[in-house]
Amino acid sequence: MLWYTENVERSERLKGIVAEHSGREAQLLPILHAVQSAFGCIDAEAEAFVAQALNLSRAEVHGVVSFYHDFTAQPDTRPEVQLCRAEACQARGIEAMVAAAEAVAGDRVRLKAVYCLGLCSAGPNARVGDRLHARLDEGSLVRLIESV
Amino acid sequence: MSVVRISDDALALACGADEVAAAFERAGYKVERVSSWGMHWLEPLVDVDGMGFGPATPEDVAAILDGSSVKAIGRIEDHPFLARQQRLTFARAGKTRPLSLEDYEATGGWAGLKRARSLEPAQVIADVTASGLRGRGGAGFPAGIKWKTVAQTQGERKFIVCNADEGDSGTFADRMLMEGDPFALIEGMAIAAHGVGAGQGYIYVRSEYPHAIAKLEAAVALAAALVAPFRIELRKGAGAYVCGEETSLLNSIEGRRGEVRAKPPLPAIEGLFGCPTVVNNVLTLAAVPHILAEGGAARYAALGMGRSRGTMPVQLAGNIRHGGLFEVPFGISLRELVHDIGGGTASGRPVKAVQVGGPLGAYIPPERFDLPFDYEAYAAADALIGHGGIVVFDESADMGRLARFAMQFCAAESCGKCTPCRIGSTRGVELIDLIRAGGRQADSVELLPQMHNARKSARSREENLVLLEDLCETMHDGSLCALGGFTPYPVLSALRNWPGDFG
Repeated sequence: MLWYTENVERSERLKGIVAEHSGREAQLLPILHAVQSAFGCIDAEAEAFVAQALNLSRAEVHGVVSFYHDFTAQPDTRPEVQLCRAEACQARGIEAMVAAAEAVAGDRVRLKAVYCLGLCSAGPNARVGDRLHARLDEGSLVRLIESV
Repeated sequence: MSVVRISDDALALACGADEVAAAFERAGYKVERVSSWGMHWLEPLVDVDGMGFGPATPEDVAAILDGSSVKAIGRIEDHPFLARQQRLTFARAGKTRPLSLEDYEATGGWAGLKRARSLEPAQVIADVTASGLRGRGGAGFPAGIKWKTVAQTQGERKFIVCNADEGDSGTFADRMLMEGDPFALIEGMAIAAHGVGAGQGYIYVRSEYPHAIAKLEAAVALAAALVAPFRIELRKGAGAYVCGEETSLLNSIEGRRGEVRAKPPLPAIEGLFGCPTVVNNVLTLAAVPHILAEGGAARYAALGMGRSRGTMPVQLAGNIRHGGLFEVPFGISLRELVHDIGGGTASGRPVKAVQVGGPLGAYIPPERFDLPFDYEAYAAADALIGHGGIVVFDESADMGRLARFAMQFCAAESCGKCTPCRIGSTRGVELIDLIRAGGRQADSVELLPQMHNARKSARSREENLVLLEDLCETMHDGSLCALGGFTPYPVLSALRNWPGDFG
């Protein structure tokens, strides 16, 4: 396996992640979360590495990676703003702000629709990293996107 | 000097609670970070010796301290929003520091677990059965019967799994409980473990709740010695709504795709890793410490109506003036909840509809606001209580668009295992689009003479509506789980009550 020797640092990090989770049951999801957060994606190489480490087939790991919204196959280095577009935020007017949000985000910021941040009495809501923003209006949403 | 108390609940933080707390600290005050009272329109709510001020900003600090603030709401506990509630599960809300074992114990914490451990496991289950507690995740299955099944099933290992994948829009009670009173959940799980003989528990929390995850991780570590030999592990979801379904959640913990399993076998018999497993919602487990405390089961059973016993933490959300957490015994009407307590819409326009029970719940028009909050009454009205979330819409809502959204959401979140859900939802989106666009003409291929079975005339609106109802019936009766099975509720309720919104 060529990539294994080519990218020693990367495989050391992967090894570290797998080792950290060893000894407990059913560690695939926690490992994938750790890989996603370390590399910004779970690509084919990482899938193969994890599969081998856990004695699973690549198809099994790929099936899991592709099932969940939180895991991505390609990295995206743009800053991300998650915008809640579920019913409660719709009731508070998020849909009317989406066009303005998209315009200011352009290609620089990734706008990701999410379905519920759990602040449903105070929408429209957004999340940047682990920071939440509530009671947004068009102006504050645009400023938030500009600031990331 | 007075102690200033400000919530560190995610909603309070999103509304600027940290900045307000920092301003009080700069003014030389000690700030205690407590759980949220659940009066969300007043967050960040500042509590100075029991007197409330909100929604506060850093600029309000000087006026709050010299007593001239216009944001004073008087004694917090006397606020009408709280005075009308009967809080059992949320008894500590607003009063304690979430990660303080000292606060937890001083407010009756661990009393339920101590008493449970002094009883035979069968007696613990009998208490839960006697309380009438039903699963708060949506299905309303009696908790005592589920526990009894797990207790009586032979298994080398047994598990307690807490479903904290609160994905429904309009719900936040699980989040508030996990962030505000995490030890109550841990205590409830430990009691369940004693009742059924489980050694290990898992809490499956959705990844959209980073604050709840952080609090739970800390709380599990702090309480480890107190609940030992029972062990609890946290598992973070990965953004799949369907993982709130119990069998799909079990697959996800096991590290598989979150696909729904066919039932039977029930998880109580073959659950996590094939072992007997209790899967309960956060609110179900968090209600248990109160029930197991001395006389708790009888107190709980005395509340409510019909077969819905005890209290329900109702979540008032969407376009509502006074949104937040409202825990009351079952039986309260929607009119009281939306108008008397919630104060109508935040926009000031008339209420058009409320959706009860999340994305799979029915849209209910104001004419039916007499409906009492009760599992059976809602089921009889083709509606769901679900997880107790109420989303209010004003007259600007387009119900046809919301019906389409319900189908679209189902299509996006379907696990793909069963056909009615996977394909029916996509056909549903197309069909609603078609109806709203006024139907379609047969295309050139359909019109070819050799296409014997193709229709030559366009379907009428009525025929399309019949087709939509038919599709909904197939999804309702043929889907493996509630995602495909209940998506017809919002669609059909929107169609029947607001046909004018469908083009």
